[in-house]
Amino acid sequence: MDEAAHSMNDPILKVEHLSMKFGGLVAIGDLSFEARRGEITALIGPNGAGKTTVFNCITGFYKPSEGMITLTRKGGEQLLLERMPDFRITAKAKVARTFQNIRLFSGMTVLENLLVAQHNKLMLASGFTVLGLLGLGTYKAASAESIELAKFWLEKANLVDRADDPAGDLSYGAQRRLEIARAMCTEPELLCLDEPAAGLNPRESAALNLMLNDIKENSGASILLIEHDMSVVMQISDHVVVLEYGRKISDGDPISVKADPRVIAAYLGVDDEEVEEVLVEVGDEQVIEQLDAEPDRAHGPSDSSSMMAGSVSDTISHSDDYGERITVSRSASKADQVDRRAAKAASTPPVTAEPVKVAKAPGKAKTVKPAASAKPATNVSRPTAAEKTRPATKAAPAYGLTGTVTSGKPAPAAKSGKAAAAKPSVAQAAPAKPKASAKPAAAKSVAGKPAAAKPAAPKAAAAKPKADAKKPAAAKKAPALSNTLKAPRGGKADRLILIKGIGPVNEKKLNQHGIYHFDQIAAWKKADIEAAEAYLAFDGRIEREDWMRQAKELAKQGATKPAAAKRGGRK
Amino acid sequence: MAVNTTGSEKAANATSNVFNNAIREGLYAGLIAFGLFVLLVGLKTDQNIRNELVIVQRWGLLAIMVAIAAVGRFAYIAYLVPEIERRRRAKAAAPVAVSDEESFLKRNLNTIGLVFLFLFPVIVVMTSGLQGSLKWIDNFGIQILIYVMLAWGLNIVVGLAGLLDLGYVAFYAVGAYCYALLGTEFGWSFWILLPAAGAMAAMWGIILGFPVLRLRGDYLAIVTLAFGEIIRLVLINWREVTNGVSGISGIPKVSFFGLFTFNVSDPNYIAKVFDIPTSGVYYKIFLYYLILLLCLLTAFVTMRLRRMPVGRAWEALREDEIACRSLGINTTNTKLTAFAIGAMFGGFAGSFFAARQGFVSPESFIFLESAVILAIVVLGGMGSLTGIAIAAAVMIGGTEILREMQFLKLVFGPSFTPELYRMLLFGLAMVVVMVWKPRGFVGSREPTAFLYKRKAVSSAFTKEGHG
Repeated sequence: MDEAAHSMNDPILKVEHLSMKFGGLVAIGDLSFEARRGEITALIGPNGAGKTTVFNCITGFYKPSEGMITLTRKGGEQLLLERMPDFRITAKAKVARTFQNIRLFSGMTVLENLLVAQHNKLMLASGFTVLGLLGLGTYKAASAESIELAKFWLEKANLVDRADDPAGDLSYGAQRRLEIARAMCTEPELLCLDEPAAGLNPRESAALNLMLNDIKENSGASILLIEHDMSVVMQISDHVVVLEYGRKISDGDPISVKADPRVIAAYLGVDDEEVEEVLVEVGDEQVIEQLDAEPDRAHGPSDSSSMMAGSVSDTISHSDDYGERITVSRSASKADQVDRRAAKAASTPPVTAEPVKVAKAPGKAKTVKPAASAKPATNVSRPTAAEKTRPATKAAPAYGLTGTVTSGKPAPAAKSGKAAAAKPSVAQAAPAKPKASAKPAAAKSVAGKPAAAKPAAPKAAAAKPKADAKKPAAAKKAPALSNTLKAPRGGKADRLILIKGIGPVNEKKLNQHGIYHFDQIAAWKKADIEAAEAYLAFDGRIEREDWMRQAKELAKQGATKPAAAKRGGRK
Repeated sequence: MAVNTTGSEKAANATSNVFNNAIREGLYAGLIAFGLFVLLVGLKTDQNIRNELVIVQRWGLLAIMVAIAAVGRFAYIAYLVPEIERRRRAKAAAPVAVSDEESFLKRNLNTIGLVFLFLFPVIVVMTSGLQGSLKWIDNFGIQILIYVMLAWGLNIVVGLAGLLDLGYVAFYAVGAYCYALLGTEFGWSFWILLPAAGAMAAMWGIILGFPVLRLRGDYLAIVTLAFGEIIRLVLINWREVTNGVSGISGIPKVSFFGLFTFNVSDPNYIAKVFDIPTSGVYYKIFLYYLILLLCLLTAFVTMRLRRMPVGRAWEALREDEIACRSLGINTTNTKLTAFAIGAMFGGFAGSFFAARQGFVSPESFIFLESAVILAIVVLGGMGSLTGIAIAAAVMIGGTEILREMQFLKLVFGPSFTPELYRMLLFGLAMVVVMVWKPRGFVGSREPTAFLYKRKAVSSAFTKEGHG
């Protein structure tokens, strides 16, 4: 019993200091983790995090640049996977895998697919074809046995009545199951599944969960899993490793990983505005450039030919220190942003629940020194400092710039102006900023902020990362508007998007702040407009587009016609 | 009764409609043809005796072309289209259950074919006499069967393993020269040299296989093509051994395991042993049965191998190489066995070829041969033995039969030599088959194992391989 428990907990797979570089691109950087025997270990992370690359390294399709991958067989034999060719890893180390894009032998029948998987066993039984060709030896018996094994897995995969159909004829979900069954026919000790639930509907996904649990419990195979479908990951995995940009950002049981703010940031991202704020603060030159002008072609996706091309490519910059080497800029990692923000928040003096609504250009354009000051706090505490650092003459042209920027996205012009002004000093300050360890810092940040009055339970943190960890915006700014409502009158809000200039996003924001009806907008006074502009990140637009007049007209119409009719008429 | 009349009236209406339509379409087609051809065909620039440019008017020819276009279009719309429609409707209306049972011919195709092949020399000798049968047995029977064997050998490499090999004729050459050189130099028997030639070709298959293991698709095709040319050029230029372009003659004939021979001067010449009239046909008949048995050996081994793990691995390799590796299959060895076994059958065919011709020269092993063999494999349907045999019979037999079509001289004039058009026929046949059946005569694939019922896998699912 004791021994069994011991063997259950020893790692079947140990990845140590694994690095994989493609040319100069670091796809995996110094990754270490363990998968324990008899468990389901999930490897998760946003797109391009390097999960599949890890798989390819484990299964020998890539040779890692550095690092050691040790697999311990049931007998205690240890094998170094990075030294073995791919087919030997399956044959000898008993690691089987499936593929993200299904790779079945589509022109062979379902049964044949499973027989091919038993190639090595049958090859031996047929005396490397020679004896089998002559009809000697044990091939016949081995062949019958292999069909029995295939049948066993077909039953598990619920495909036994399709056994004689071509694999390419199966539906997508069935193909996924067949691929797993095929991998299991190699009788693996470690089963690596690359996104097995991708493209499955909820029912199929649930069936897959059952199948994987069954494999775990009955076949003695441990499972390593890449998955995007969180329901699968959280339900069945015993252990979760989270990657972002090739680095491990979290490792532990599903519940603790779920609550990790770094994971949340990596997955859900930080609010666009906040990302910009953070990036500007840490002096990410690209963002500053972007705000200043067109994005640089050199960072466009077309220039990157790596497998991480696309969204990630523009976060990669060539740094001179490493010559050829391409590194992911620090600011690209959302998890790092959380770290930095947490570090910043920790060093900020606590701010009482004071309405910081006057987030106007001068207020926001705070200086960078001290770099570790938290944003909302600085806005209030140092308006004068900002004025000092930036001459008023500079503020005017910065304002002029806003028109162009806001049309593209609602980035506050003030910010962009500030970014331009602050650029030299910020850029220097950034690298010097220390990177705090995440968890304690996050906890502190929560404690330090007014919104932390809420119980800082992990659940809450997971559900509303923005609310307590980052931006206490809503709670604080709401009182700025004079005529807010707790809920829409009659339980039904007017469709604010009917006002020219209000999109669905802004409608939502307004609703959050208690603005539900046209007459509310129509009754806005100057102070209200300013406040609204501040958190919609519009400046001058409300007046320019004359929302109040529009709202008045719409309110009048609304009074005469029922809302439904109006909606129909509009469409 | 009333219904009947209205029905027939309707039908009459429909026909008159179709005819009106067809006449209109025909007129349009004629007009378009006239517009197209009036300058291209109706007028022709030429030189007269004084080297002056003159315009020749060819209204007659133009009229013929326009008439062909108009009448053709009319016939197509008026007769062909309704006929096709009618057939399609009849097909759709026919009960499905009937098609379930295959016809007797289809079910027993292989058996009938085999019986026919074994009886072929007897039939031919009986119908056209001893001397007259020579042509049919040699030019048709043996020639076709050599190509069947070659194509079945290449089928292992291309059809099963999905490795595109454009230099297959190299192994044919290795086998032929192996028998020619060892047979003339050391006087070894065919029965020793046949396996030796096969082994030698297999070895060359592995030698070729090694460097190209990592290549796929077009790259593999080019390298194998180059390999075929290298072998041929070596045969041409290594005069001390191969006698260059002059080739090797006087290759010993095959004997019937030494019991009797086919040399008239030998004491145990077949005619003397059996006391029958002297004739060259005996040797051809013997060779016919020999190549038939060699073909059957190839077919047997191929079918057997398909049911073995290595055969399944070949097909899996064709379907998806990466998945193969993920299942622990050593793709290197798998590819090499495919190359080696395919080459071995090429070598067998080569040594048989040398024994049959009595003479080999590099001219027999040009790239065109590789292309023809590959074309047979593709036309027959990659992986299908029956389809390939049919394709070989059609392609090789078809080009041979052109020689017999002397009546064509009556049509095209006495200077017409039909056999010069065999490549045209070859190309035409390929185009037709590829349009009609893009995956070859037999596109579907027989599964190698089944749980409940053997169902052919439609060609829609099988892959051609990527090299």
